[in-house]
Amino acid sequence: MAIRLKEVDAVMVGMGWTGSIMARELTKAGMTVIGLERGEDLTPREHFALPNIRDELKYTYRKELVQDPALETLTFRHRPSEMALPMRRMGSFLPGNAVGGAANHWGGLHWRYLPSDHLCRSHIVNRYGPKAIPTDMTIRDWAMTYEELEPYYDRFDKLCGVSGKAGNLRGQKVSGGNVFEGARSSEYPNPPLKMTESALMFEKAAKELGYNPFPQPISNSSRPYTNIEGLTLGGCQYCGHCDKSGCEANAKAGPHVCILPLLRAEPKFTLRARSWVSRLVYDKRGKKVTGVIYTDTRTGEEYEQPAGIVVLSAYVFGNISLLFHSKIGVPYDPMTQKGTVGRNYCYQLSRMGVTMFFENKEFNPFMGAPGASMALDDFDGDNFDHGGLGFLGGSRFACGHADGRPIGYRPVPPGTPRWGAAWKKATAKNYHHAASIAVSGSNYANRYNYLDLDPTYRDQLGRPLLRLTYNFVENDYKVMEYTVNAAAKIARAMNPTIMGPARIRRGDYDIVPYQSTHNTGGTVMGHDPKTSVVNRYLQSWDAHNLFIMGASTFPQQPAYNPTGPVGALAYWSAEAIINKYRKSPGPLVHA
Amino acid sequence: MGNDDNPIPRRGFLVGAGTAVAASLTSLSAEAQTSTATATPPAVATAAEGTLTLTSAEQAFFAAAVDTIIPADELTPSGSDCGVVVFIDRQLAGAYGSGAKLYRSGPFHKGKPEQGYQLPLTPREFFAAGIVATNAWSRTARGKDFDRLAPKEREAALKELESGKVELSDFNGKQFFEALLEITMEGFFADPIYGGNRNKAGWRMVGYPGLPAVYTNLIDEYRNKRYSVEPQSIADFS
Ligand SMILES: Cc1cc2nc3c(=O)[nH]c(=O)nc-3n(C[C@H](O)[C@H](O)[C@H](O)COP(=O)(O)OP(=O)(O)OC[C@H]3O[C@@H](n4cnc5c(N)ncnc54)[C@H](O)[C@@H]3O)c2cc1C
Repeated sequence: MAIRLKEVDAVMVGMGWTGSIMARELTKAGMTVIGLERGEDLTPREHFALPNIRDELKYTYRKELVQDPALETLTFRHRPSEMALPMRRMGSFLPGNAVGGAANHWGGLHWRYLPSDHLCRSHIVNRYGPKAIPTDMTIRDWAMTYEELEPYYDRFDKLCGVSGKAGNLRGQKVSGGNVFEGARSSEYPNPPLKMTESALMFEKAAKELGYNPFPQPISNSSRPYTNIEGLTLGGCQYCGHCDKSGCEANAKAGPHVCILPLLRAEPKFTLRARSWVSRLVYDKRGKKVTGVIYTDTRTGEEYEQPAGIVVLSAYVFGNISLLFHSKIGVPYDPMTQKGTVGRNYCYQLSRMGVTMFFENKEFNPFMGAPGASMALDDFDGDNFDHGGLGFLGGSRFACGHADGRPIGYRPVPPGTPRWGAAWKKATAKNYHHAASIAVSGSNYANRYNYLDLDPTYRDQLGRPLLRLTYNFVENDYKVMEYTVNAAAKIARAMNPTIMGPARIRRGDYDIVPYQSTHNTGGTVMGHDPKTSVVNRYLQSWDAHNLFIMGASTFPQQPAYNPTGPVGALAYWSAEAIINKYRKSPGPLVHA
Repeated sequence: MGNDDNPIPRRGFLVGAGTAVAASLTSLSAEAQTSTATATPPAVATAAEGTLTLTSAEQAFFAAAVDTIIPADELTPSGSDCGVVVFIDRQLAGAYGSGAKLYRSGPFHKGKPEQGYQLPLTPREFFAAGIVATNAWSRTARGKDFDRLAPKEREAALKELESGKVELSDFNGKQFFEALLEITMEGFFADPIYGGNRNKAGWRMVGYPGLPAVYTNLIDEYRNKRYSVEPQSIADFS
């Protein structure tokens, strides 16, 4: 029997980005909050310090900060007719596993979704007619517009100290920024990072072709910055270790730098690490949850933590699996398209682009950061006319140097063997002279891509694993083909000595190599409880005191990375809890 | 070691190989050694070091394999002289080798390549089984264990494994090759604190400066200009 603890006002399941934002907002409003985190507690001072933080093997290859699949993983298959097998090693995506969540080792590319991304379905229907959307493509509108979310995007920008250059200030286009972005109420908190030579070359070539390059917006402070919480971030050191590693300079935004020092000092807040939530306690008749059950992974002891409000902030897979384990909501069935939990799972099209070799350029690829690059949105979303193209969505491009870590970064021209004397020669020769345009594409929902529970495999607590059924579909292949070829055109204009092949993906989705930790969907937002899991305030339709954070609420995935809107939505939902829900607990939207 | 016709015991053989490499390196012309910015002083060939987990047959296999993948030339000493076998031994003896961060519950099915690794073996066990299978194939195809083959033959054998056309008994030769290539590259390029990349030979080869990697003030100054310094590793700052 679980040991029953004293009730608190709210409990967070997971202490990454969203759990930390929510805990901070609710405690500021006077509520008592407990943050449960399955992984250990970390502090940047101790865990992200020089010299050991500069260890490519440990962080990128042995995945120090990543979820341990021995404890919890998922099974995977391409289509409903196949048998799913466990993802025995983490590969394609690398969710976090400690206080701070995936933000400990994220890359920090910081986007707002386009106004048309918020209105994905209706925008397309308006422009191209309803027939433009393939029958199995289950895209839809967000439950709030860009304009409604803008103040919260703005707040999250100022929490993170995002570096960038506005392209649309209060409706006024600003040259040098992203001309396609929605109107911003204020300029970025920090100027863009310094650009690498490769970024400048890309900018020049893209401009000459008539495109609109702009500095990559990044949650990585270009100078020391005091955020809206009064906490100070350091300036970026261009160390080339952002992605998959912690930040020694405290320049990369994350809960540890931007929020947690205040929460740790907050008497109304209690942080419990090594507390692995196995399920929520669900009162189906009362349409509410009464708390959560968790295991202390140091002792194996089980506890029940009663709470007035439960916030699911356990990343996409944690959120979905906890709904299944707690029997909240109806599991989605791709055959009937009934049920809601697990539907609209989307990912991102990545590992695409083109690598170029420039005999006479010196790139020092190890000096850089994900934000030391120029981005381009001309082929993103619906920024270009899709008439007659036969697909929807698009890709964003970027060029710069972010990571010259040599176990992983060893560009060689096409045709080079992978080992032996010729490989050595080519690797030594080209390490300093290669640059890439990276292409990341949107992934629009399809009825057959979804999550449910696996019938065979179990996690360390004995619960069934999540089962992922996912593959690319025709629309995705067309997005890749069209946009990568567009990127290749810019690459040619950069005039390389040798041009690598355009990396267009063909064939089935592969869960082995790292692609991105930008999984979305499964607990999607909407206006109709029959087709969504949460309403526009991210409140569960099935339990009015349950709020579900993060990208699991996205109905589909644009080409952008998700965390900008993930943070904005956490603020938006927190405000609804504080200003609306607390005054009259119950459904905030009546369906 | 069955049909082994080489009388030199394996460990002795290994030392012999290392010394030969060192000798061939020192005999390189002074010009060859200093002509490129990446020229590397040869790593000191070490006498037989103890191993943590590898048997002498496994150690010999890895030495032969990593020296084929990373042959000694004017750029670097051989893979084993760069400590790659030491790296592999330590990795396989440690948490990684014993299956840390690996989901190990059954049932086990072959699956599609896109579903990833599906074997019940830990990395330590995987390499042990792969070496046995590769040596058995090598004996059938070429009459000798892999490490006893001449360098050209080793190269040919690895190419065959890489091509995926070889059927090892009860083992996927291509999968084994990919794992071998990966752990070799890790050993060649990881921070020397793990026992490989000795004398930062892998880093010198490409011109990677290592630590501290604080470039705030250098990124502008070295835009389109080669930044080349004596590389530094974790141990240099510890
Ligand atoms: C390598 C990498 C690079 C990335 N780069 C970018 C980028 O450039 N731009 C971008 O926008 N996004 C990026 N992301 C994604 C970004 O990190 C996530 O979107 C963000 O962290 C999500 O916030 P969250 O609060 O939903 O989840 P997280 O921050 O992951 O937090 C979830 C927490 O919940 C905990 N948890 C899970 N289950 C349980 C349970 N049952 N009980 C208790 N605790 C639990 C986890 O351990 C984790 O700490 C990247 C991610 C990775 C891994």
